[in-house]
Amino acid sequence: MAETELTREEVRHVAGLAMLEFNDQELDYFKEQLDDIMNLIDILNEVDTTNVPATFTVTEDHNVLRADEGINAQQKAELLARAPESENGLIKVPAIINESAGAK
Amino acid sequence: MNFETIIGLEVHVEMKTNSKAFSPSPVAYGAEVNANTNVIDWGYPGVLPQANKGAIEFGMRAALALNAEITPETHWDRKNYFYPDNPKAYQITEHDNPIGRNGYLEIEVNGETKRIGIRELHVEEDAGKNTHNPNGYSYVDLNRQGTPLIEIVSEADITSPDEAYAYLEALRQTIQFTGISDVKMEEGSMRVDANLSVRPIGQKEFGVKTELKNLNSFNYVRKGLEFEAKRQVQVLLGGGEIKQETRRYDEATGTTILMRVKEGAEDYRYFPEPDLAPLTIDDEWIAKVRAELPEGAKARRQRYVSQLGIEAYDAEVITQTLEMSDFFDATVTAGAEAKRAANYLMGDVNAYMNDKKVELQDTDLTPANLAGMINLIEDGTISTKQAKKVFKAIMEGEEPVAYVEKNGLKQLSDPAILQPIIDGVLDANEQSIEDFKNGKDRAVGFLVGAIMKQTKGQANPNVVNELLMASLNAR
Repeated sequence: MAETELTREEVRHVAGLAMLEFNDQELDYFKEQLDDIMNLIDILNEVDTTNVPATFTVTEDHNVLRADEGINAQQKAELLARAPESENGLIKVPAIINESAGAK
Repeated sequence: MNFETIIGLEVHVEMKTNSKAFSPSPVAYGAEVNANTNVIDWGYPGVLPQANKGAIEFGMRAALALNAEITPETHWDRKNYFYPDNPKAYQITEHDNPIGRNGYLEIEVNGETKRIGIRELHVEEDAGKNTHNPNGYSYVDLNRQGTPLIEIVSEADITSPDEAYAYLEALRQTIQFTGISDVKMEEGSMRVDANLSVRPIGQKEFGVKTELKNLNSFNYVRKGLEFEAKRQVQVLLGGGEIKQETRRYDEATGTTILMRVKEGAEDYRYFPEPDLAPLTIDDEWIAKVRAELPEGAKARRQRYVSQLGIEAYDAEVITQTLEMSDFFDATVTAGAEAKRAANYLMGDVNAYMNDKKVELQDTDLTPANLAGMINLIEDGTISTKQAKKVFKAIMEGEEPVAYVEKNGLKQLSDPAILQPIIDGVLDANEQSIEDFKNGKDRAVGFLVGAIMKQTKGQANPNVVNELLMASLNAR
């Protein structure tokens, strides 16, 4: 079967999604590894799964649920102390603009 | 060339559960920053989220209230993105199998009823709050991180900004009456994104759509959509092309501004959430949630009209908000005559709320006290004029019966007390009796005034009139 080969642009794009930046040499290095992974997936894709339902868990558990009770962990000070930086009870981070805030 | 507008709306509603969607941290608006967070909300390695049964049931309530089918088998997915408002770098959502599908909502525009399809409803989690500072830093409060959301995606059935407005009004009301959310745009518990495209009338395929964000009120949604529809038509008429992009509504100028070219769904690298078990929702569970679903606005309106004799328009006004409707029901249950209760709520109580700029639940008025005052009017203990004083008092939390007692506001209705006063006034005003006999009706008014003066305005006008006429005719 034909070997899948990613373009350098695709590798750069995927790296960008993971907030990683590579120089050309690193890009080639990771491209080779990613190509191997893609080929492995191509092999898996040879299995005919037409009538096999999708598996979302390998355990038999369904509906593992918690009752809706609010419990305050009282960990604010501890958590903030482990943040790289904090100010007035807030976590302080370098500003990232032009991305959307809030869930989408 | 004439164009038609196609609109689809995505609405996120924060659900007021006691705890977060996947962690037991409390959900509370306005809490001290980062106080309602734990290691799960901070995305610490090794933590195990667990789904909140209450959040799923609230999601089911929304789906049922919007006439949607509940998906029997569903699982959670991860939507991956990097942003400081969500330290674990993914949002847990329902990408493949939303909890509800194929619902609808009825809206009314220009007297015509139209059904707007609801494509799907997803239960998911909210992100924290990021505040940018000009100093080059952002400040993050994770209290909101993990708050359960229900995302409600409409079909592209909306064909004008006015319909979009009506849809949002109807959706807000429907959700509010399920009790799962306060649905307040100004507090962010309801958020709207809008997709809009235009196409020449007669064309079958949809045009390329743009997505509008930063729509902070229903009015801005309408204005933003109006601008965007015009903009797209102008671009097309000028020979240009619409690009699939996200645009921000600018409140100051009333225009939409390019934010970013739309990212593809693949870029979020969705995959099934391995930390959470899949969900099976059987008919029994659905039946239980359906039984718990509070009475909706439409059902309440019908009940008010058919059982309580309220005018249809008034029933509409009372069911504008859940608070008002609940208050009305409680006042009637406390024994108040329904029409008078409705009139007070729509009139004096509403005026008070507008004047003080408060919500009903922020006042000291209770259904029992409102009912108490209405009963005092109904049984003739106080006049509607005296009721104005009592109304002011009950708005400050006073108990009406005690207040009337304390301030001697009781209306005098006892003929045994009134008759001697009337006789006294008549004895002192022989001329007026003469005038009355000569057909001068004004004399009656003068005599009533004199009686009211003697009783310091407490005499029941109806009883006085009756007794006075009888006495005059007897002389």
